[in-house]
Amino acid sequence: MNTTTAARWIEACEADAIDEEDVMRFDHDGHTYAIYRSPDDEYFATDGLCTHEQIHLADGLVMDHIIECPKHNGRFDYRTGQAKGAPVCVNLKTYPVKLDGGKVFLGLA
Amino acid sequence: MTGAAQPESMIVIGAGEAGARAAMALRESGFAGRVTILGDEAHRPYERPPLSKAALTDAAEPQAAFILTPDRLDEHGITHLGGRAVTAIDRAAHEVHLADGERLRYDRLLIATGARARKLALPGATPENVLYLRTFEEARALRSRLAPGAHIAIIGGGFIGLELAAAARARDADVTLIELAPRLLARAVPAAIAAIIAARHEAAGVRLRLGTGIERIEAEGERHAILLSTGERIVCDGIIAGIGAVAETGLAERAGLAIDNGIAVDGRLATNDPDIFAAGDCCSFPHPLYGDRRLRLEAWRNAQDHGNAAAKSMLGGSDAYQAVPWFWSDQYDLTLQIAGLADEGRETVTRDLGDGARLDFHLAGDGRLVAASAVGPNGRIARDVRLAEMLIGKRVTPDRASLVDVSVKLKGLLAG
Ligand SMILES: Cc1cc2nc3c(=O)[nH]c(=O)nc-3n(C[C@H](O)[C@H](O)[C@H](O)COP(=O)(O)OP(=O)(O)OC[C@H]3O[C@@H](n4cnc5c(N)ncnc54)[C@H](O)[C@@H]3O)c2cc1C
Ligand code: FES
Repeated sequence: MNTTTAARWIEACEADAIDEEDVMRFDHDGHTYAIYRSPDDEYFATDGLCTHEQIHLADGLVMDHIIECPKHNGRFDYRTGQAKGAPVCVNLKTYPVKLDGGKVFLGLA
Repeated sequence: MTGAAQPESMIVIGAGEAGARAAMALRESGFAGRVTILGDEAHRPYERPPLSKAALTDAAEPQAAFILTPDRLDEHGITHLGGRAVTAIDRAAHEVHLADGERLRYDRLLIATGARARKLALPGATPENVLYLRTFEEARALRSRLAPGAHIAIIGGGFIGLELAAAARARDADVTLIELAPRLLARAVPAAIAAIIAARHEAAGVRLRLGTGIERIEAEGERHAILLSTGERIVCDGIIAGIGAVAETGLAERAGLAIDNGIAVDGRLATNDPDIFAAGDCCSFPHPLYGDRRLRLEAWRNAQDHGNAAAKSMLGGSDAYQAVPWFWSDQYDLTLQIAGLADEGRETVTRDLGDGARLDFHLAGDGRLVAASAVGPNGRIARDVRLAEMLIGKRVTPDRASLVDVSVKLKGLLAG
């Protein structure tokens, strides 16, 4: 879990609204994010749209620590945002996440 | 193994999807010698799928979607020579000949020359009155014809023809689509799914003429007239043909390499010359998932996966290529995705994904899952098709009830 201090913590969803090894879309203030719950039960967040074409990653498949884009299967490590090879070459922006009272909060600058 | 034990010069013919990926993969595998991509197109390698989609429909003039930036080429020490057609391969000398007379030496060679649009052989069809789509320039030329109110005739009800029809409707052009077979997408898509796609096109106002041949094309003043086998005469402002592609095998043939519906390669993507490999649309290869059935695919992911695999084999790897075939197409708000080979199926089991989205699982006679085809909004189908693809790769014989029941997660079947 990312512990960077963020300027604002935004409540996103209930922690158990996301299955283990799964992803959920979260829209806030005209921006779309993807929130992940890893197989080892940690939470992460990235920008919600693929960097190849503007496609919602939350419709994709999470396997271990990889989110696969539902359009052309571009892959990212959602913990770091790192693009894992063709057709994606631009990394995803990541955001800090914290759990509080069974809820997931996103740290937005 | 012949040739240099330690290869120093790797040459890739064809600056397309497979060639670009192979060049990068050579570096990713640690190859430190020379890597040169020779392309007859002037451009750096670019993606073709957008040519029949966003490049035609975006409001802004299209840019080619380049696969590699100049920075990435530099960073990886890959030389791309554009506008340089290869005219011959001298296998004995290990050299390729370029159109301008230059010769370049290779230790290992990859042929990734792709395919070209099949041309119409019809009375009255000329390069002036019939347009085709394979390159960025052709997409630009086509785009200028897709004006509101213009009547466009599309010949061929395959993927390219259908994506063109959707793009033309998006630009408010009128469309008549003519297909000789009694239904759309007869080659690769099950009838039930093709019917959904046909209905979507009709709802968008495309006039479908299925099971319809063409007698000839004539001039009609500034316009064109197409005479159909049914006696109908279609007067239009532009004619575009999407009637399939022909593997670009000329170089390989003249070099005496084996050809079998494309450049024939083995499971490592090696030709009958151990220093020459082929990848992508130009080659046919045996697929271990389907009893080594020889396939030639015209699919973007296959071109990438082939590029990766060919690079490994060029460096001496011995793995057989076995990626599950996968293809997608976008038309209007619908995406079609197919994993595996639907024609290997003897029985179909359908999962209703909601919102009109449908996923068909194709099972072989022994119950093994051999393909999955789906149509619907991309976000509805993609995840399950991807999981189906993994199940196909694992050669599972799934329980039919679990495939149909949407409350059973396909991911759970993977673990089993
Ligand atoms: C309009 C269009 C839309 C498509 N949409 C989809 C889609 O939605 N989904 C999907 O899965 N697939 C799609 N495809 C297919 C996909 O783009 C191809 O499978 C892929 O491009 C094949 O890659 P390749 O490297 O084998 O060949 P190409 O990308 O065709 O590259 C081959 C290159 O080699 C060059 N060449 C040929 N001969 C020589 C020579 N003698 N010397 C030098 N250079 C040479 C060619 O000019 C070309 O640049 C589409 C294709 C087209 C044309
Ligand atoms: S849009 Fe995500 S990989 Fe292409």
